[in-house]
Amino acid sequence: MAEFTLPANSKINGKGKSYPAPNGATRVRTFKIYRWSPDDGQNPRYDSYALDLDDCGPMVLDALIKIKSEIDPTLTFRRSCREGICGSCAMNIDGANTLACTMAINDVKGDVTITPLPHMEVVKDLVPDMTHFYAQYASIKPWLQTVSPEPALKERVQSPDDRAKLDGLYECILCACCSTACPSYWWNSDRFLGPAILLQAYRWLADSRDEMTGERLDALEDPFRLYRCHTIMNCATVCPKGLNPAKAIAEIKKLMVARAI
Amino acid sequence: MPEAYKIIDHSYDAVVVGAGGSGLRATMGVAGAGLKTACITKVFPTRSHTVAAQGGIAASLGNMGPDHWTWHMYDTVKGSDWLGDQDAIEYMVREAPAAVYELEHAGVPFSRTTEGKIYQRPFGGMMQNMGAGPPAQRTCAAADRTGHAMLHALYQQSLKYDADFYIEYFAIDLIMENGECRGVIAICMADGSIHRFRSKATVLATGGYGRCYFSATSAHTCTGDGGGMALRAGLPLQDLEFVQFHPTGIYGAGVLITEGARGEGGYLTNSAGERFMERYAPSAKDLASRDVVSRSMAMEIREGRGVGKERDHIFLHLDHIDPKILHERLPGITETGKVFAGVDLTRQPLPVVPTVHYNMGGIPTNYHGEVVTLRDGNPDTVVPGLFAVGEAACVSVHGANRLGSNSLIDLVVFGRATGHRIAELVKPGTSHKPLPADSADFALSRLDHFRNAQGGTPTADIRLKMQKTMQRHCAVFRTEELMAEGVDLMNGVYASMQDIQVTDRSLIWNTDLIETMELDNLISQAQCTIRGAIARKESRGAHMHEDYPNRDDDNWMKHSISWFEGWGGQGGKVTLDSRPVHEYTLTEEIDYIKPKARVY
Repeated sequence: MAEFTLPANSKINGKGKSYPAPNGATRVRTFKIYRWSPDDGQNPRYDSYALDLDDCGPMVLDALIKIKSEIDPTLTFRRSCREGICGSCAMNIDGANTLACTMAINDVKGDVTITPLPHMEVVKDLVPDMTHFYAQYASIKPWLQTVSPEPALKERVQSPDDRAKLDGLYECILCACCSTACPSYWWNSDRFLGPAILLQAYRWLADSRDEMTGERLDALEDPFRLYRCHTIMNCATVCPKGLNPAKAIAEIKKLMVARAI
Repeated sequence: MPEAYKIIDHSYDAVVVGAGGSGLRATMGVAGAGLKTACITKVFPTRSHTVAAQGGIAASLGNMGPDHWTWHMYDTVKGSDWLGDQDAIEYMVREAPAAVYELEHAGVPFSRTTEGKIYQRPFGGMMQNMGAGPPAQRTCAAADRTGHAMLHALYQQSLKYDADFYIEYFAIDLIMENGECRGVIAICMADGSIHRFRSKATVLATGGYGRCYFSATSAHTCTGDGGGMALRAGLPLQDLEFVQFHPTGIYGAGVLITEGARGEGGYLTNSAGERFMERYAPSAKDLASRDVVSRSMAMEIREGRGVGKERDHIFLHLDHIDPKILHERLPGITETGKVFAGVDLTRQPLPVVPTVHYNMGGIPTNYHGEVVTLRDGNPDTVVPGLFAVGEAACVSVHGANRLGSNSLIDLVVFGRATGHRIAELVKPGTSHKPLPADSADFALSRLDHFRNAQGGTPTADIRLKMQKTMQRHCAVFRTEELMAEGVDLMNGVYASMQDIQVTDRSLIWNTDLIETMELDNLISQAQCTIRGAIARKESRGAHMHEDYPNRDDDNWMKHSISWFEGWGGQGGKVTLDSRPVHEYTLTEEIDYIKPKARVY
C-alpha cells in the first residue's frame, strides 16, 4: 500500500460540528460530511448531522437537501435533475464514488460518510473543480467527424446492429465517478485521459458514421493518454450508469493492435 | 455596499443565458454567423434539464408510416386547445424535419429502423390524416434518452465553434435602457466576481419554473430565472396559468416516466384493474394528450378508484411488453423504476401520479424569438435587443397544452430561428453604445440585499410554503374558492420574503444565496400563475376551472399576459391584460385551423 503525506492544509483536523437528531426521532442515521471553505483559512473537517430517516427521502441527496434546508444552509454541493441523468451530484459516499441522487441511504451500513470526488481540487465542501476533466473531454474532439458530405435532408443510414455498438457508451453522463476512482488517474491525470474520457473516445471510434478512426487512434497513441490503464476496474465498479469504461479502453487497445499488425 | 463589488466588463455581439437545448442551439447559430458570442450558464451545459427529456423529438419524417407536416400542425393546434399561434406552429412543424436531420448529422445516436433510418414511435395526440387517425409514428427517439443524447451532441458541437462559455455563472438581472435590452449582469459562482455583459442581443434560454410546485419532474435548477428577470425588467409574461401535469411521474419521487412508455404499448389501470382511459378518450385511449390523461387519472383518484394504501395513485403497466423490447426501447425507465419505485417493470406495474412537468407559458415572443410586449395598444411590439427561446419562451406553439415530443423540437427550431434573426439584425464588429452609468446598480442592490438578509425565515421555509400552496391551490383541478384561498395564501408567502434569512455570507459557491435569488425568480412567476388562473373563467387545455368547465372561445380565445411589480417581498402587484391569438398561418399552403370540440 502506498503511503503519502497530504499538504498541511489538506488534513482533516477533526474539529467538526455535531448536530443532534431531533427529539423523538426513532430511526436515526448520522451523516458525516466533509466541510471546507476557502474563506476562513481553516483546515477541512467533518460535520456530523443526525437525521430521522422516517422524516427524510430515501436517497443520500434527499438527506443532503434536508440538511441544507433545515439544519445548515451553508452546506454546499452540486445537484440538479435528482434522477441520475445530469451527473451533477457525483461524490464519494461510504468510500465509493457515486451519484447522491440514486444512492439509497439504506444501502449504507452505519454512519454515512460523504466526501468530494477523490483527488480533485476542492472548491468548497463537496464541490470539486472539474475544469481539467472537461478540458480533457474537449481534447478528444468528441463530435461526429466525417469527410463524406452530409446527405441533403436525409439521415446518415446506420443499421440497428451498428447502432447497438453505441449502447453502453453514449449513456455516459460525464459525472467523473470512474475517472476519480482510478488510481492511475490519481497519479497521472495530467497526462492520462482516464476512463470517462477514453470511454467517450471509444464512443466515436465505435460509431459507424464517424470517418476519422485513424486520426482518433493517432491522437491516443501515447504512453500516457491511453496506456496508463492497468485494468484495475474501479471504473466499472463505481459507474452509476452501469457502464464499463475498462472494456471500452480494451477495445481501443485492440484497434491499436489491429492496425499495427 | 454595492460599490464594494468588483465588476468585470465584457462586450459581445450576442449573449445567450442558458445552455440547455435551445440556448446551445441559439449560441451555435449566432457564433456560426461570425458574431462575438457568449453563453452564460448556471450549470455545466450537460447538466441542463434538456438532459432529462426521454421520449423523443417530433418531426414528420414519415420513416415508420405516412406523415405530413400539415398533420403535425393539426395535432399541435388541437393539442394547444387552439390557443397556439398558428403562424409559429406552421413554422415549427415545417422546419422540424430539417432540424432533426441536423441533429443526426451532429452525431445524435438515434435508434434505428431495420432500413437504418431514424426510429419513430407513437406519442400522445400525434395522429395521421388531420386528427382522424390512426396514430402517427412521429416521435424520433434515441431509446428513452433522447434529451440526453441531444444535449450532449449540442454540447459537443459547441466545442467546435467559437463562442465563450461562462460556466457556473448565475445571471442576476437584465440591463435595460429606454425599453431596450443592453445586456445582463451575472455573478461567477466560483469566486463571486460580478460580470457585466454588454450585448446587442441577449437571449433568455433559461427554461421553465416547475420548481414553484412541490412535486415536479423538473430539476432543482428549473427556477425560471429568465422569466423572473423579464418581470423585473417591467416586461409581461404570457399564459402562465397553463401548467402541464405529466401523467406519469413516479408516485412519491416525482421522477419522470416517459410518455413513450405508453407509446410502446403501456397502459394505465385503476384499483379495479380497469383500463379507464377507454372511457375518457375512446379513440386515442392512453395516448390522448397529456392534459386529458392527467385529468382522467385525477378523476379516477378523486372518485375513489386510485390504487395503493391511500388510493392516491394509478398503475402504469409495461409487464405485458416483451422484455427484449423494453430493454431496447425503454432501458432508462426500466432502471428508473427499479431505483425510485423498487419495481421490476417486466413483472410489476409502476405507481404513477400526474406531476408538474412543463410551463406552456413564458416570455412572449414572435417566431423569430424576438421578445414582444403590449405597448401603446400594439400587442406585437418588439423589445429591442431581447430574445427568448425554449421553455422560458411562449412563442406560442404549445398554447394551453403541449404535446409530448414537441418540446425538444421547439428548442432546436426556435433556437436556430433566433440565431438567424440575430445574424440579420447585428453586424459583427460594429461598435457598442456606452452603457448607462447605473447599469449594474439594480442587480447589485438585489445581490447585496439577499447576501446580507438577516430575517427570521430561511429561504427553504418560504420555498416550501410556496410549493405546497401552489400544489394545493393551483393544480389539475381548480375552483374559484380554492384559487381565491390560494391567492391570499400566496400573498402572505410573498410578503414573508421580506423576512428572509440567508446564512452563508461567502462569495464563493454560495448556494444559499443563489437559491434565494432563484426563489425570488420563482415566486413572482408563481404569483402571476395563480392570478392568471383565477382570472381565466373557462377551461382550456391544462387549465381546468371546475366552475367554468367549458372552453369559451367568445371571451377567452386570447393569451393572458401578466406584469409583476417588485421583488424580495416588496410590492407584489400583478397586472393582467391580454394579447390576441394569431388566427392566421404563415403561408397560403395551409388555412387557419378553426376551433372545434376537442375529442380524443
